[in-house]
Amino acid sequence: MSDAWLPQEAEVVECITETPDIRTLRLRFTDPERQRAYRFAPGQFNMLALHGIGEVPISIVSDVEDVHLFDHTIRAVGRVTRALARLECGARLGVRGPFGRGWPLEAAEGRDLVVLTGGLGCAPAVSVIRHVLRRRGSFGRLTIMQGVKHANDLLWREQYEAWAREPDTQVLLAADVATPDWPWHQGLVTELFDRIGGSLVGAVAMMCGPEPMMMAAGRKLLDYGLAASDIYLSMERNMHCGAGKCGHCQLGPHFVCRDGPVFSWAALAPCIGIQGY
Amino acid sequence: MAVEEPRFLPRAGLQRLIDRLRNQFQQVLGPQVCDGAIVYGPLQRLQQLPIGQGDRQAPGSYRLEAAGGERCFAWANGPQALKPLLFTPEQPVWRSVRNADGQLEFLPMPAEPESLAVIGVRACDLAALALQDAHFLGDPADPWYVARREGLFLVAVHCTHPADTCFCASTGDGPTCCDGFDLALHELDEGFIIEAGSKEGATVLADLATLPVSREHWTAAQAQQAEAARTQRRHLRPAHELACLSDALMHSHWAEVGRRCLSCGNCTAVCPSCFCHRHEERPAIDGVHSAHVRSWDSCFTAAHSALHGRPVRADTAQRYRQWLIHKLCTWQDQYGRIGCVGCGRCISWCPVGIDLTAEAETVLGAAYV
Repeated sequence: MSDAWLPQEAEVVECITETPDIRTLRLRFTDPERQRAYRFAPGQFNMLALHGIGEVPISIVSDVEDVHLFDHTIRAVGRVTRALARLECGARLGVRGPFGRGWPLEAAEGRDLVVLTGGLGCAPAVSVIRHVLRRRGSFGRLTIMQGVKHANDLLWREQYEAWAREPDTQVLLAADVATPDWPWHQGLVTELFDRIGGSLVGAVAMMCGPEPMMMAAGRKLLDYGLAASDIYLSMERNMHCGAGKCGHCQLGPHFVCRDGPVFSWAALAPCIGIQGY
Repeated sequence: MAVEEPRFLPRAGLQRLIDRLRNQFQQVLGPQVCDGAIVYGPLQRLQQLPIGQGDRQAPGSYRLEAAGGERCFAWANGPQALKPLLFTPEQPVWRSVRNADGQLEFLPMPAEPESLAVIGVRACDLAALALQDAHFLGDPADPWYVARREGLFLVAVHCTHPADTCFCASTGDGPTCCDGFDLALHELDEGFIIEAGSKEGATVLADLATLPVSREHWTAAQAQQAEAARTQRRHLRPAHELACLSDALMHSHWAEVGRRCLSCGNCTAVCPSCFCHRHEERPAIDGVHSAHVRSWDSCFTAAHSALHGRPVRADTAQRYRQWLIHKLCTWQDQYGRIGCVGCGRCISWCPVGIDLTAEAETVLGAAYV
C-alpha cells in the first residue's frame, strides 16, 4: 500500500515557543531508515496526525539540507493545532508526506527574487530564503518582505536582521500596529514596493500569507512589470487527504493539495479573489 | 468456450444467470423494492427482482407504481448507483495504538479483494463508474476502491424506461450501455438479448442455455432504445458550452438558487460521481486505540470548506455555485469531461426539486441565446 495512506511515527525532538500561540516542533521519524530516506522540497507540506485527535496539513519550514530533523511552525488556532502546540519533547505523532508542489526554485535561478509574506505565511518561505542564500551566486537581488498585524507578531526578528546583512539582500518589514521599538514601516507590507532598490521587471515573486494581502500584492507586482507567470502564491484550503482525493481543497479546477499549494498568478487568476469560491 | 456473439436468453433463463453468478462470486446483488424505492440487495431468486414494477419521478418526487407485465427492469434508476459498493460510505483508513510509553503504532487497514456481481446496472451508472475510476484509481490509487473494483462483475441492462428527470441522452451516457460491462441485456417481453462485453462475461454467457437472436428481437430492442432516448425531456448543453459556467461566478442567479436550496446534501449523496469524503478520528474510550475513518462528505456543509475555523463558502449560494460549476465545468479540466452522467437523481431526490439542468440553463442562457 502506498505510503500516502499510512502515517509514520515521528518524535518531537525540540519545541520552540515563538509567540504565545505559535510553536515550532522539530521532528524526526522514529525509524532511522525512514528519516535517512526522507526528502522534501521547499514549499511542500506534511499531514500531522495526533492519536485520537485528528490530522492537519502543515507546511515544512526547515532547511531541505537538514537530513536529521524537519520542522513545523504551528499556530494554535483549531482543535488539532491547539493539541499539536501543546506537545512536548519526546511526544509521538504520525506524519504522512511530503505532499504538493513547492516553490519553483529552478525557474527563479539567475533572476531577482521577491519573497513576500504575511503573518505566519513567513514560515513556508523560510526554506526558500535559506536555499537562495546558500546559493547566493545563482540568484540576483533578494528582497524579503514580511507584514504582520501587530509588531509583537513578528517571528524570527533576529533572523530577519541577519538576512538584512547578507549581500545584495534587502529586508522590508511592516506592522499594522507598531510598538515603540518597531524600527520598520507602520502600515501594510504592500506599501513598501517603492522602497525596493532597483527595477522589478524580470523578477520572480513568491508570496505566502492571507489571500487579501496576496491579491493586493499580486496586482501591484503586475503594475511593477512582473509577468503573471512569474508571480507565485502558496494557497491554503481545507485538506483531509493530501493526495487530491477528498475534494475539500478544490479551488476552481485545482486540487490545492496536489496541484499546489504553490501556483502561479497566471494559473490562479480566474478563481482567486472571488468571495466564497 | 467463451461466447462472443449476442444470444437470446428466454425469460426463465435469468434464474440460471443468477445461479451461475452465485456459484462464482461471493456476493450477487440485484435491484429490489425496499422501503418504497428500488435499491440493490442480495439476490438469490428471480422473483426478488422488481417484476412488473414501474416508477414515476419528478423534481423532488420519487414514487413506485405498478407497470404490469413480466418485465424486471421497466423502471428508471432508484437512489443508488454503484458508488456505495466501491466508494463505501465509510472506510477505516488506519488504526493507531498508543502503548504505555507513549509510542504509537499506525496499522494499515488491509484492502481485501471482494468478488461481487451486480445485475441491473444502467448506462448512467457505468458512465459514473468510469468517472469514479478516473478519480480513485489515479495516482496515488485508493487501495480500498482498487480492491473492490478488481473483483466487480457487471451485468448491465439497457434502460428502456427513463424517468421524467433523466437526461443521459444529452450527456452521451445513455440510455444504451456501450462499454464497461461484462454482460449486457436488452429486456424484451419474452426474454433478453444477452451480450458479453468482456472475456469473463463471455465465459458466463457460454454456460447459459441461449438461442440465436432473431431479426424481430433486434428490431424490438433497437426501437425501444430509440424511444428511451427520444422521450427524455430534459437536457444539458454540450460540454464546451457548460465550460463557460466558470465565467459566470458573479451571476445573480446563484443567490436566487441559494434561497431555494436547503444545503441538505441529498444531491451529493445520490450523485453517482460525487467523490468528496472527510477524514475523522474515532478514538476508543480506553485512550489506547483510535481509528481514522473516511466517510462521505458534501460540499453543501459548512465544514467542507472550513479554514482557520471559518467556512470559505459561508452561504448556500456559494455552495450551490461550487457544486454546479465543479460538476459541469471544472470537472472537465480535472478529468476531461463533465462530472454529470444525466441520471437525474439530484433532481428527484432534492427535497425542494431544484433541477440542475434548469439552473445551468438560466446561468448560461444569456451567453447562448
